[in-house]
Amino acid sequence: MAGMKQRAIGVYNWFEQRLGIGAPAIEAAEHHIPSRTSSWWYVFGSAATVILALQVVTGILLALVYAPSASHAWTSLEFLDHNVRLGWYLRAMHGWGSDFMVAIVLIHLVQVFMFGAYKFPRELTWIIGVFLLLLTLGMAFTGQVLRFDQDAYWGLGIGASIVSRVPWVGGALVDLMLGGPIIAGPTLSRFFTLHVFVIPGILLVLVSLHLLMVVRLGINDWPMPGRLVNKKTYVEEYHSLTKKTGIPFVPDAAWKDAVFAAAILLAIMACAFWFGPFGPTGQPDPTIIETAPKPDFAFLWIYAVLAYLPPSLETPALFIAPVVIIGAMLLLPLVSGEGEKHWSRRPVAVLMVAVIAVTLGAFTRLGMYTPWSPIMNAWTSDPVPQSDLKDRSPLERQGAIVFQNKQCRNCHAIGGNGGMRGPALDSIASQMTEDQIIRQVLQGGGNMPAYGNALNPAETTALVHFLLTLRGQNGIPAIDAARTMVLTTEKSPTTPTAPPAP
Amino acid sequence: MNPSEPLSPADQVAESAANAESAGHSRRVFLFKLSLLLNGAVGAVLAVPIVGYLLGPALRKNSAENSWIDLGPLSNFPEGETRLVNFRNPITTAWDGQTGDIPCWVRRIAGNNFQVFAINCAHLGCPVRWFAQSRLFLCPCHGGAYYEDGARASGPPERGLFEYQHKITSGNLMISAGKMPTLAAAHNCAGPRLTQIQTNSAPAETDQHKTPAQTQSGDRSWPA
Repeated sequence: MAGMKQRAIGVYNWFEQRLGIGAPAIEAAEHHIPSRTSSWWYVFGSAATVILALQVVTGILLALVYAPSASHAWTSLEFLDHNVRLGWYLRAMHGWGSDFMVAIVLIHLVQVFMFGAYKFPRELTWIIGVFLLLLTLGMAFTGQVLRFDQDAYWGLGIGASIVSRVPWVGGALVDLMLGGPIIAGPTLSRFFTLHVFVIPGILLVLVSLHLLMVVRLGINDWPMPGRLVNKKTYVEEYHSLTKKTGIPFVPDAAWKDAVFAAAILLAIMACAFWFGPFGPTGQPDPTIIETAPKPDFAFLWIYAVLAYLPPSLETPALFIAPVVIIGAMLLLPLVSGEGEKHWSRRPVAVLMVAVIAVTLGAFTRLGMYTPWSPIMNAWTSDPVPQSDLKDRSPLERQGAIVFQNKQCRNCHAIGGNGGMRGPALDSIASQMTEDQIIRQVLQGGGNMPAYGNALNPAETTALVHFLLTLRGQNGIPAIDAARTMVLTTEKSPTTPTAPPAP
Repeated sequence: MNPSEPLSPADQVAESAANAESAGHSRRVFLFKLSLLLNGAVGAVLAVPIVGYLLGPALRKNSAENSWIDLGPLSNFPEGETRLVNFRNPITTAWDGQTGDIPCWVRRIAGNNFQVFAINCAHLGCPVRWFAQSRLFLCPCHGGAYYEDGARASGPPERGLFEYQHKITSGNLMISAGKMPTLAAAHNCAGPRLTQIQTNSAPAETDQHKTPAQTQSGDRSWPA
């Protein structure tokens, strides 16, 4: 036994004499950190690194089977899911790993922001971190494209349409993005190259720098209210803090990172096992137009924002907002590199995080059920509630048929079923008079198309009569107060006689 | 050391060696800088084909990408109907698979009067669907709506549907297509047309060149 150990040490020394990386690696692992930083709050960065490793490994394994060609990518994914032993599980882990990666990176970002970790001397660590976030999102988007299904195809269409709005060079950028005149083979090859070579390469280099700086500059000390960062004194203070309360990172603090990373890995494996892989959805065949494309979870909020922006603001917002947001994130440590780190003394920072989190959450939630999208098959799948047809005249029932046949239902719900693009019509007659309904139906307006060309007079009459029965709970029809005024004043003798009708 | 004093032979040897050393050093520094310059020049030359290769797709002429495509005999298109027609893109690679098949909406108004619309919504390129009963194209993504003549009806699109140029050759309908229509490549398609319906109460707004601001004011007219 002793001989075995002796021999192992001998082998290690043989390599160490030639490589010389063992000693500095051990030294880096055992470097002293302030004892307070051995905290469960400090585990997200290492967890992200571990997920990165998982993504690299599962990605390489998927690449053993995946065919990066427009004609075969979708089939090869189906093959992975159904014909390759555990192929579905590898796909599921890579997909769930991607979602967890985005989530953990965002949590890590919020944590270092709230703990003031971006302040002197860790400005560059933050700036590189911002690029790492962008690269992570880049991996998420390009990965979604490699899942070459309907969502990927039309997602590329959305991407190309956004890029085409860039002033002056938009057309050239679309060509560069697609690699040809249409979304096709060259497009997939491009995104394969980005997802497999370009972005991971940059990502690994930047992660190395990011980690190198963490070791070189020391982990951010636990913020204390009133302990201000001063560029002249900080380094000295940090060193004395480390000297006074220092503990070796490995093993005294690293066990928490290890436990959390294991928990996250387990969570990814569990999600992959229970929920399975993402898609692929329908084949990437543009002639199958019965589809409602939707981006992956991380981009749902953008999808929602694009639905709510007024058309005039859309192009400026698409190109100015990202520049402002990313610019602000990059400049943050340079502008506020000193001062208070503790969140309790930084109300604006706390408020910003809260507002941004709620905003992103709300838009993501909206993106999950897309109230702005017409439900394309509602007119044939959602019947008019029986209660709205009971004791109605034949004309009114005819109107209900017109209501369904003219696809009104795709945008307007009755009885809780139907599209949410327009308002629900359960109590429309309590809000609009007959004249207003006729005008709205025939001329449109607001967000509604005009139906004047699509309805003949008989259909219009029937439809409006049906709509007039929809009075909701209170059952009081809307009235035009001004009209009764006019009618009564016209009857009074003081009014001059109305001019003869033309 | 006093410079006027004659140097001992040993000193002379040491000094000349030092001189030779410093001369050699400065020569090597010069050569190193020269080598950097050389590599810079080689790098610049190398960059030309690399950048040219990368920019290749953007440098192609648009006119080369559009060509006339036969959509079939006129008898395939009943008057007054709008039909989905698929065509193979004129430029494809052998590994494009299904992605090389492009759909479009063909509307035969009457006689030889046609309109051919791109499938892509003018907002963000999603596939619009034709609803013959309400005479509308609806987009499933963000709810853009267009009238039967392709004019913008409502929703986020800034303009009407993209239209392919078309002609009739020996009884067949031909369209000029080949490139995915986007706002940047819209010049490939015919310009926006007059709408048949006044979408708003303002009588001046007869065409779809409505400014977004006007659309905005229209949006507010929806009763709560």
